[in-house]
Amino acid sequence: MSWETVIGLEVHVQLATKSKLFSGSATEFGAAPNTQASIYDLALPGTLPVMNEEVLRMAVSFGLAVDAEIGKRSVFDRKNYFYPDLPKGYQITQLEFPTVGRGSLKIQLEDGSDKVIGITRAHIEEDAGKSLHEDFQGMSGIDLNRAGTPLLEIVSDPDLRNAKEAVAYLKKLHSIILYLGISDGNMSQGSMRCDANVSVRKKGATEFGTRTEIKNVNSFRFVEKAINYEVQRQIELIEDGGRVVQETRLYDSDKDETRSMRSKEVANDYRYFPEPDLLPVIIDDEYIAAVRATLPELPGARCLRFVSQYSLSEYDADVLTSSRNMADYFEEVARLCGDAKLSANWVTADLLGLLNKNDLDITSSPIKPSQLGTMISRIKDNTISGKLAKTVFEALAEGESDVDQIIEARGLKQVTDTGAIEKLVDDVIAGNPDQVAQYRAGKDAVFGFFVGQAMKISKGKANPAQLNELLRNKLKAE
Amino acid sequence: MLSKTVAELSGALTRKEVSARELTQAYLDKIHQLNPALNAYVTITAEQALAQADAADNRRAKGNASPLTGIPIAHKDIFCTRGVLTACGSHMLHNFIAPYDATVVERLEQAGAIMLGKTNMDEFAMGSSNETSWFGPVRNPWDQARVPGGSSGGSAAAVAAGLCAMATGTDTGGSIRQPASFCGLTGLKPTYGRVSRWGMIAFASSLDQAGPLTRSAEDAALMMNAIAGSDLRDSTCLELGFEDFTAKLNQPLAGLRIGLPREHFTKDLNPAVQTILQNAIRTLESLGASFKEVSLPNNYLSVPAYYVIAPAEASANLSRFDGVRFGYRCENPDNLEDLYKRSRGEGFGDEVKRRIMVGTYALSAGYYDAYYIKAQKIRRLIKQDFDLAFNDVDLILGPTSPHTAFKLGEKVSDPVTMYLEDIYTIAVNLAGLPGMSLPAGMLNGLPIGMQLVGPSLSESRLLNVAHQFQMNTDWHSQRPEV
Repeated sequence: MSWETVIGLEVHVQLATKSKLFSGSATEFGAAPNTQASIYDLALPGTLPVMNEEVLRMAVSFGLAVDAEIGKRSVFDRKNYFYPDLPKGYQITQLEFPTVGRGSLKIQLEDGSDKVIGITRAHIEEDAGKSLHEDFQGMSGIDLNRAGTPLLEIVSDPDLRNAKEAVAYLKKLHSIILYLGISDGNMSQGSMRCDANVSVRKKGATEFGTRTEIKNVNSFRFVEKAINYEVQRQIELIEDGGRVVQETRLYDSDKDETRSMRSKEVANDYRYFPEPDLLPVIIDDEYIAAVRATLPELPGARCLRFVSQYSLSEYDADVLTSSRNMADYFEEVARLCGDAKLSANWVTADLLGLLNKNDLDITSSPIKPSQLGTMISRIKDNTISGKLAKTVFEALAEGESDVDQIIEARGLKQVTDTGAIEKLVDDVIAGNPDQVAQYRAGKDAVFGFFVGQAMKISKGKANPAQLNELLRNKLKAE
Repeated sequence: MLSKTVAELSGALTRKEVSARELTQAYLDKIHQLNPALNAYVTITAEQALAQADAADNRRAKGNASPLTGIPIAHKDIFCTRGVLTACGSHMLHNFIAPYDATVVERLEQAGAIMLGKTNMDEFAMGSSNETSWFGPVRNPWDQARVPGGSSGGSAAAVAAGLCAMATGTDTGGSIRQPASFCGLTGLKPTYGRVSRWGMIAFASSLDQAGPLTRSAEDAALMMNAIAGSDLRDSTCLELGFEDFTAKLNQPLAGLRIGLPREHFTKDLNPAVQTILQNAIRTLESLGASFKEVSLPNNYLSVPAYYVIAPAEASANLSRFDGVRFGYRCENPDNLEDLYKRSRGEGFGDEVKRRIMVGTYALSAGYYDAYYIKAQKIRRLIKQDFDLAFNDVDLILGPTSPHTAFKLGEKVSDPVTMYLEDIYTIAVNLAGLPGMSLPAGMLNGLPIGMQLVGPSLSESRLLNVAHQFQMNTDWHSQRPEV
């Protein structure tokens, strides 16, 4: 039996505003419990919400980045349920009229082809606080620092067909969010949280199977593993004659399994209704145009520009634009040294290798763009050879800071003095008569041997171009 | 002295016939004497009041007083007051002391008014007789066997009995106007959004408005000058510049067109009330107003629509009272569910629970369209009726309440009869319009009011008409013997 997987993702992105969605409290992560909770966040009676305009701008900028319809009139609603970390007893969200309507996102599949994933909507809502169940002797602690932090909930169509696609979509979303600067996208701190709706159906079926919702998976890797586990579980369940129950499941990364969060899923009735404390948010074309004007260049456009402006391969351009910081890093290096192609090689190969090895993000790279730029400049102006530049690179990675000092101290400076190289060439020719004879007899391949010998004697410092030219001339001469 | 209007007291203070401290002390003495019987106040802030009075006297001496500087006021216990108990008539908030002042309280304090205390009210403003209060019923100063009306019953009784010079109230379906009618006062429910709701404990957010309960239209105008105006803390508060509500009080009424809703002047209207309204109409005619019949065909739907919308909003507004962060918490809860159930079960009274359940039901999946959406459609129709009527007339006159104050206990066991108390006032809230009640006559020794309703933001005109009426009648000058 052949099965098809259907996945839709609901991604909650914490927007990086200074203050909360409806109150002036700070939103910084990690403060002492309840130190960032105002009288509104505590839901003291008589307090009222006042919308943070910055949230609207961020939501609209996201909508524009995914070519979505922008809601000219968005309406906040109350979603009612009781929980101790939900102080008002309702969450303010957007049900029928979200700020961001239908849009789409293009992802790259493993085979190199593109796939367009539909975005159903993205709406603004408040985050809840946190319930802490440890350290309180049979009681629970409530921390309301997070309560009221603005979220953008981005809902995808059920267009994803396997865990890899889901991760590709998530990574693309992550990249766009960082490009826009609307969230720090930190999954381990919960700034970006993913719920996956997963179902399976027989290949060719038109109806969807019963889905389960996997809640709050907090890394790309776990999203992939959780979906794979869940897909396998569902298939096995059905093949064994069972039935998938619509329920919420939690992914346990230690055991690599999903398990039911609630044994019997009672359909929650949230009793949504329009929030009477807030007026509908009305925006006009002028506002949208103003937000559009502030949009940074997005990954797709930047990738195309890298190909045309810097003559990079599509692959390199794609790697370099996968994150805004990476692209910014590359462009800074290229600007400093004036050689985009060489910069692209160093960033995608050596630098990325270094970062991956140490599990570092580009923003915490031990080598700054200015350093890498200077180093490549020294290759360009023939101060060092490309080969010896690796030594400089390693020294920089080890924490040394000044490129020229590294070259000086280690004596890596290339020999460009024609007299010195001529002497070197003469020595090599004189010391290897057999090879000279072979070469002159037409065995061109021996040329490499002379270069190797000369480099060995010069400890790699001889300028390769000059060396080659002199060698050729001298070998031909007699 | 204590029964004088704010305007008169303000003059006396300016002329130094009395000091704010003397006035405040006199009111406090009278409160101590009469409040045990009337139960109008639930909290008396004597010490704070005297300190404010001294500050007011200083301010008057320095010459930078407002007309309200040194005028003693009572606040309905629905307005949060920094450092002073705000219980909202409920066991649920019997221990709640807000660390902030409501905008209305703050603005009146800035104007120099002196807070004598907090007044009794129906629990969470849900009631029309002040009998749902956890603090016990309030007695009507005109007849202590009778109710003062509700939900702003304590404020109305306090002003009527001379226990303060003016008071704040809130009106969600008639809670300022009906007590004003029952207690012989002038009460104004402003246009929705005219007065900030910040710091005012929400009953039904799209209907609640704060307003004055006073002895005259002029006093109401003076209070409006202090409390009205935009407030960034309330997103539904209209952004309007300062308006002097006293400016047009003396405008002549010649040319004024007043509508009489056909649906209010029927054979169902109490004949005695009908007679009183006819007399008022004649007085206004003699002042230059003309009358014409108008129609509010959907008014009869206002009570049912209201009792869907208001409880729906209330069911969510009251969710925050869960025993977790403040207010009443049950003893030794077994678990979270027990904490919720018992805290809310023990903290709320019957009427509040009834409305939470009605509202929860109306919002439930499968019923939402039939109740909530339908009620919102009716709300629009009601607003349209008024809009159409105001094409032909400047304002509308009718009864405030079907009758005078009724006896304590008379209706308390029959919620529907109680809900029908507000049949003339509720449509005004649903339409978001300004409405006021002012004394129009006496029936068997009890006052009765008439209601004026105007288009959006027409408060100055309403106050003008009421003031001109009061210049030519003395119903508003009647005082009960307490």
